[in-house]
Amino acid sequence: MSASTHSPVLKHHFEDLGQQHACERLGMWMFLATEILFFGGLFGAYTVYRLWYPHEFEFASSHLNRVFATVNTMFLITSSLTMTLAIRSAKLGDKGALVRNLLITAALATAFMVVKGFEYAEDFHEHLVPGPGFSADIGKEASDKGLDPGKVQLFLCFYYVMTGIHGIHIIIGIGCILWLVWEAWRGAIPPENYSTVEVVSLYWHLVDAIWLFLMPLLYLAGAGYGAHH
Amino acid sequence: MSIAVTSHSGPAAAPPPEPPTPPVNYLNVSHTIWSWLFTVDHKRIGILYLVSISIFFVAGGAAAGIVRLNLLQPDGAIVSEDAYNRAFTAHGVLMLFFFLIPAVPAVFGNFFIPMMIGTKDLAFPKLNIASWYVFMIGAVCAVWAVLAGGIDTGWTLYPPYSTRASQSNVIPGVMGAFISGFSSIMTGLNIMVTVHKMRAPGMTWGRLPLFVWALYATSLIQLLATPVVAISLVLIMVERVAGIGIFDPTIGGDPVLFQHLFWFYSHPAVYIMILPGMGVISEVLTCFSRKNIFGYHAIAWSSVGIAVVGFLLWAHHMFVAGISFYAALLFSLLSMLVAVPSAIKVFNWVATLYRGSITYQAPMLFSLGFVVLFIVGGLTGLFLATLGTDIHLHDTYFVVAHFHFVMVGGMVMGYFAALHFWWPKMTGRMYSDWWSRMAAAIIIFGFFITFIPQFVMGYHGMPRRYPNYPAEFQFLNVMSTAGASILGIGYLMPAVYLTLSLFFGKRATANPWSATGLEWQCPSPPVVHNFEHMPLVVVCGPYEYALGVDQLGRGLPEPPGSQDDPAHRDGVTGPAGPMHKETEVVG
Repeated sequence: MSASTHSPVLKHHFEDLGQQHACERLGMWMFLATEILFFGGLFGAYTVYRLWYPHEFEFASSHLNRVFATVNTMFLITSSLTMTLAIRSAKLGDKGALVRNLLITAALATAFMVVKGFEYAEDFHEHLVPGPGFSADIGKEASDKGLDPGKVQLFLCFYYVMTGIHGIHIIIGIGCILWLVWEAWRGAIPPENYSTVEVVSLYWHLVDAIWLFLMPLLYLAGAGYGAHH
Repeated sequence: MSIAVTSHSGPAAAPPPEPPTPPVNYLNVSHTIWSWLFTVDHKRIGILYLVSISIFFVAGGAAAGIVRLNLLQPDGAIVSEDAYNRAFTAHGVLMLFFFLIPAVPAVFGNFFIPMMIGTKDLAFPKLNIASWYVFMIGAVCAVWAVLAGGIDTGWTLYPPYSTRASQSNVIPGVMGAFISGFSSIMTGLNIMVTVHKMRAPGMTWGRLPLFVWALYATSLIQLLATPVVAISLVLIMVERVAGIGIFDPTIGGDPVLFQHLFWFYSHPAVYIMILPGMGVISEVLTCFSRKNIFGYHAIAWSSVGIAVVGFLLWAHHMFVAGISFYAALLFSLLSMLVAVPSAIKVFNWVATLYRGSITYQAPMLFSLGFVVLFIVGGLTGLFLATLGTDIHLHDTYFVVAHFHFVMVGGMVMGYFAALHFWWPKMTGRMYSDWWSRMAAAIIIFGFFITFIPQFVMGYHGMPRRYPNYPAEFQFLNVMSTAGASILGIGYLMPAVYLTLSLFFGKRATANPWSATGLEWQCPSPPVVHNFEHMPLVVVCGPYEYALGVDQLGRGLPEPPGSQDDPAHRDGVTGPAGPMHKETEVVG
């Protein structure tokens, strides 16, 4: 049967576009479930150590640069907005607005990574790294407060692994968004196929949401540290 | 009731009787190597997986051969102690990550799920072929690790051994497991979305074949557990490369945390391995006992039950690793709980056999082997779930024997049952009945000789993974190695007669076993889009989809389609049979 609903964007093994879109959406939601479990391992491990070593974690957190993190949070939240606007543009068939919204999203994501790069550079400069390169000053400061410098480094392990893996997700997201820009530019995203934009946006919102958990866990954990200790 | 599937096309479009030369099917539609390497056809991808995992099965089997031969003498017969460690690690890594996990989902799931639910392909064909490439990249990493000298940590990769002490190729090996995990996720995701969204009209959840239910439950575990081991493996790699990490005890890290994360995946992973086998058994027992499955809903829901409960009992691997007494108590209880859905399955299978018209072709022999060996493997699991006995049996050969009864006696038997059951459908050829039944008998016999002695050894305290042992265990070890040789011969036999069948085998009809599953409605081998007539409409219960076969599997006189006028089928006009009942209106 079919035929009546046939569209150039309909893939051969689907009955109609409704089924195709439902599959794409469900597939992405399930992939997001795997992503949550992937980060869940890290969040679980973080929770264990945070409960075991609360003072070291707060101390280490207080050495991270919260200005960079705040700026980056604003970048990412705004990029989620422009990503959602891109879905609307795709639905309306407004190719120019679609490309524009996607490019703004990609630009904000790139800005996030640039800021992140400056932040890492500053961290390395201050020897805020676990292992043999760990700053002797910070180690001594921790010891003076009766804290274990090893556990301060443990926090930094989490900091680098979590932000690093999150950064890889951002880069993959930028790649997907630029691919969408190309597809939209060559007219491969007609309004009836807007779900392509939607599934990328689902991924992008997850990357954003994970940052919204990383921000308090890594940067705000030690926000009040100086005041209490 | 036998008439359950139809197409909207009338009798004029009926398929012609089998011509002497096979029509265009998925195998002969194109012949170039590229048409295989760039295929998006789920059936061809299933075949690609079949070839790949067969190679890894042989490689993993060879490693097991080294292990067993070395244990012929108390101080090691053929290799150094270090090489012994590398051999058993290679055996574990290859067999688990590159054979058992992909075996049924990636081969038979890929191949048959679209046919069983009446659709043309899986939801994401490109993701499907990508999963095979990802799998092969992971496999190349692992094989490289093995060939470059091997890994000596055991497949469990516990830190700090894997992060600090080991001098072997941990990084490429871990990389291989990490990468192949993504292929597992891709396959699981594809199957889940397909089952949710692509079922033929009328193929409701309550009419799905039990194989599909089993693979649905498997996919759920693949999706939700694999990412956790992926992140654990990343953390191991980071720690090994950077020399410091979150499992590093020198900075306050906890190696036992790795064990928690690892087993959070790796315990459910044993259900990734066994559930598909259970699905296969439900199909085969139904077919060869000429009865509908007993307790359809109980079996379907017990698959999901195993998947869910399977997530909650990982720490029974860690009873002696220093977890708290109360945690151990809880995990012990939950471990016993998972025996309930497993037992439900076994009882229902036995009830299916009861008063069935049983025939003993090779798939049935493998399935009966599965049921018996799985019962032994499952019951000995309860010994290990019991805190008191586990203290004694932990990390002994008792665990090895238990695990192999479930994984080899269970899953590999299920795999061979599936291979023999669906081989005619996949290749369009029949294999030798006598040789296949001999192979099944030899494998079951060899299996008992190999692993029963290991229960005894373990009970008497022989630890697993040790390259040497007190002389009093030598008799049992020699017996086990002798059994492994028989087992090895049994495993090689199908390779020979199945290969020969490709060239000399009798051409298979569409439904050589008179099975009632929907996949048998496709020609053998299937055409590119599986069904000659789309779309299908399913109107009867599970295992009542067959055209031209009645409830007892007796062929009806007319070929499928010739008398198949939907107008005659409205209401109650299905062919009368002993279990005659009303069908819904079709068409």
